[in-house]
Amino acid sequence: MFKNVYNWIDERLDITPIWRDVADHEVPEHVNPAHHFSAFVYCFGGLTFFITVIQILSGMFLTMYYVPDIINAYASVEYLQTKVAFGQIVRGMHHWGASLVIVMMFLHTMRVFFTGSYKAPREMNWVVGMLIFFVMLGLGLTGYLLPWDNKAYFATKVTLEIANSVPVMGPVLKELMQGGTIVGAETLTRFFALHVFFLPAVLLILLVGHFIMIRRQGISGPL
Amino acid sequence: MAHGDNSKEKIVYVGDTRVRKGNGFITPPDYSAYPGKSEAFIPNFLLKEWMVGVVVLVGILVLTISEPAPLGFPAKATATVIPMPDWYFLFLYQYLKLPYASGSYIVLGTLGVTGVAFGALLLAPFLDTGRERRFYRRPIASSLMFLSLAAVIYLTNAAWTEYKHEMAATGQIPEDIQREEKAAENKAKGLPTSSAVQIKEVAIVDKDDPAMALFKQATCISCHATDLKGGGGPSLRGVGDTHDKEGILTIIKEGTGNMPKMYDVAMDAGLSDKDIDDLAGWLAKQKSEQ
Repeated sequence: MFKNVYNWIDERLDITPIWRDVADHEVPEHVNPAHHFSAFVYCFGGLTFFITVIQILSGMFLTMYYVPDIINAYASVEYLQTKVAFGQIVRGMHHWGASLVIVMMFLHTMRVFFTGSYKAPREMNWVVGMLIFFVMLGLGLTGYLLPWDNKAYFATKVTLEIANSVPVMGPVLKELMQGGTIVGAETLTRFFALHVFFLPAVLLILLVGHFIMIRRQGISGPL
Repeated sequence: MAHGDNSKEKIVYVGDTRVRKGNGFITPPDYSAYPGKSEAFIPNFLLKEWMVGVVVLVGILVLTISEPAPLGFPAKATATVIPMPDWYFLFLYQYLKLPYASGSYIVLGTLGVTGVAFGALLLAPFLDTGRERRFYRRPIASSLMFLSLAAVIYLTNAAWTEYKHEMAATGQIPEDIQREEKAAENKAKGLPTSSAVQIKEVAIVDKDDPAMALFKQATCISCHATDLKGGGGPSLRGVGDTHDKEGILTIIKEGTGNMPKMYDVAMDAGLSDKDIDDLAGWLAKQKSEQ
């Protein structure tokens, strides 16, 4: 039954090469911790992706309760944290996952740097990876404001002051992020839109690019 | 799967520094050209990877249950809180406090060092172009990275130590702990445990007062609306909390912010000095809490 459905679709769309390209490749010995335990350093990229998936899933569930306005944002987070079944766990996963993803990404970057894996022909993938790093930091920065408690509010004020001190671009950048002259309702909705729509969209595009390049070029050879 | 010598499948590209540089394009050897045991990604390797993933997932769940995500009190512009970014920004935050990275040297701090450091990281492959991959054979790149790492660790630690000292010196407790304690206390007493701001609609005081008619007659309603909730101007419900009668009279006579002098307009609309006095008195009675 499933085979017939699959064949029916495959005849028309030729989907086999798509998944075979993902599935059919070999993992070389030098990156496989089963053969050399020290190869665990090659796992950090995969773990970063794994935690990114957790972030996307937990974030999707958080938006079921979160209200991005200055009157209800705090109340909705507090409700989620204290009243909703498993709300504390979902928010906890998103909160701790945000830190873990930075840790894993940092370790992955260090592995790539110290094994010299960014060298020709993989320069472009390093640049895309660094852009992913910056987008992740942006996600951390925008997500920090969303609970709208004092810690979030004052940290964002400082961040925007730092942005303001950049020459020429600074004041424009600050007003663009702040959406007015004070950190307030507009800032919260802008950070929410950036955190939930703009940055994840950019992140997914960059991740697809990162993975396509890995499949094209393969993992760098042993040292 | 594995690409043999006679494979007609397109070769998978494997970069390897052991390949000598020659003229023109060298077909890179595929994995099967290496001695050793390669393994199929699906299902063998992915299954093992998934097992590691499950262990990591359990770890995260244990963490979320033992250490709930912190939440302080609702944002208030007048609160006294030591501003702290998330931990992975601390090194930057601390760095921008250094004398040569702040104040009149702030451009050196934001663009000069930070911009150059992150720019160099972004463009590392184009700066470190040698073919050598081992870090101990790339002394410049590696030592710059070790130096940056040491600086990041030092600055992060300095920021955190400074924060702890400041908290101890001012006798502050992190707000998330305060909120949890307050919630637990209130729960024990049977009181509401929420720290969220409760918005109550402010009522008009003495709506039947003749001043309400004066308020309409004096054209105040064009900006402050017939229900006093405001429109072009701010809401006047609860205005008595922030202004007394004298203050309101001054605003009517001299204007404030975007509001022009309305005294003459009111006189033209047929109000007397006493009417305006009554109006100001009535507005001063508009308090949100009775």
